[in-house]
Amino acid sequence: MRLAPHWRVRRQRLQLRGEICESCGQHLFPPRDVCPHCHQPADEQFAYSGEGTVYSYSTVYEPPHGYEQYAPYTVALVRLKEGPLVTAQLTDIDPQDVRIGLPVEMVTRVLREEGEDGMIVYGYKFRPILHVESQAV
Amino acid sequence: MRDVSIIGIGQTPVGEHWDTSLRDLGAQAIIAALKDAGVGRPDALYVGNMLSGQLGAQEQLATLLADWSGLRGIEALRVEAACASGAAALRMGILAVASGWHDLVVVCGVEKMTDMDGEETTVALMAAADAEYEGIHGTSFVSLNAMLMRRYMEEYGVPHDAFAGFPMNSHANAVNNPNAMFRQAIKRDTFVNARMIADPINLFDSAPIADGAAAVVLCPSERAHEFAAHPVRIAASSVATDSVALHDRHDPLFLAAVNASAMKAYQQAGIGPSDVDLFELHDAFSIIAALSLEASGFAPRGQGTQLAIAGEIGLQGRVPICTLGGLKARGHPVGATGMYQIVEASMQLRGQAGANQIPDAHWAMTQNIGGVGGTAITHILEG
Repeated sequence: MRLAPHWRVRRQRLQLRGEICESCGQHLFPPRDVCPHCHQPADEQFAYSGEGTVYSYSTVYEPPHGYEQYAPYTVALVRLKEGPLVTAQLTDIDPQDVRIGLPVEMVTRVLREEGEDGMIVYGYKFRPILHVESQAV
Repeated sequence: MRDVSIIGIGQTPVGEHWDTSLRDLGAQAIIAALKDAGVGRPDALYVGNMLSGQLGAQEQLATLLADWSGLRGIEALRVEAACASGAAALRMGILAVASGWHDLVVVCGVEKMTDMDGEETTVALMAAADAEYEGIHGTSFVSLNAMLMRRYMEEYGVPHDAFAGFPMNSHANAVNNPNAMFRQAIKRDTFVNARMIADPINLFDSAPIADGAAAVVLCPSERAHEFAAHPVRIAASSVATDSVALHDRHDPLFLAAVNASAMKAYQQAGIGPSDVDLFELHDAFSIIAALSLEASGFAPRGQGTQLAIAGEIGLQGRVPICTLGGLKARGHPVGATGMYQIVEASMQLRGQAGANQIPDAHWAMTQNIGGVGGTAITHILEG
């Protein structure tokens, strides 16, 4: 069971934690030691809100091995409110309702299962923003 | 640094070679290139290959191929840059000769992808992407390129059928290439009605998985006349990189590595886009063909498909591309593709391209891309 590679990135997968570069102010996801924009060291943590919009998307009909049970599913590039682009699946939405510019929010879902006896890998997906109305009591 | 020339070429047909192993495919191309050059024992072998480890449980591939080609003992190393491995191996061969370190070098690109089913191969190819932040989400190269195509279509208002000219051109050109995998022309309707793989990419937007090997022999240009009646001079060799992940790109619709590599190559060769007689570009997906033309200076941004629509990419056009079928119709044995581009460009410059000969071909450009534009390797050949 491949535990370590998923455990290492748990804060990214489950909390969307990244960094902000102290030198140039750019937001980074995932975190890295060297800022790709200004090449200075980067290590200041930053927690993303999880809000973003769909930059692009594609519905997958012929999935790679390991994802057959989920097909068809829609993958997307999501532009986080704070700036970075992330790759993730969209969830809780019909493929034909997806459009570029759709406002979305992060949720935690099963990304894949590693066989019947293997690990269940959780991580971020994005759904259309859920508006919950509250009623005065 | 010495000038380097190509003095011999060799290739196997591209296809599903279930009866030929990876090592035999490579050896066939190497032996053919050495024979074409009239060279017995070169100083070194550089091998471009992406998947021998993942799909064939075979590493130390260059050493194995040296032995299998009757060259046991020579310097032999494998070079990897995903689907740009072929051109990457050529780059190493060129540096070895240009530096004065070696005089005779053979470079081979080889790939075997059809021993297992498509789903497994698709997973293996994802090693060219970001495993932790792209692959884990169930993306494959088709869906990554599909997201790029979708954004392009939206930003520039380009319909899907504007891309039809790319696979149609590749297929039309492959009809006269006996080494091509698919040798049938396709009609526009075939493209428009083709099965969707990851929308908006359909079956005819994507290059096929295949097996194949192609090789060349290099020597210093000052010695080329000893071996070849028509040597092909390497006027430029340039590698540039970008982020691996599409989501880390500064501007996903601009292939910055392609642009940097192409501009450096033009500078090295002392020419510009209008001097290029043929361009063997990396049409792994029709969207990449359009973006490559734009980033290499042949069309303004968002207008790459205009060249296809106007027929400018055909053999009689202003920018002939994929003159012997390209990745789409000659086929795309990933680590070998870069070397097929070099072999085909050399054939054109030598006047050996048969019915697809570009008249008076003098400058040929080849461009091999790793991943979705993470690595771009441009060569310019003069013949």
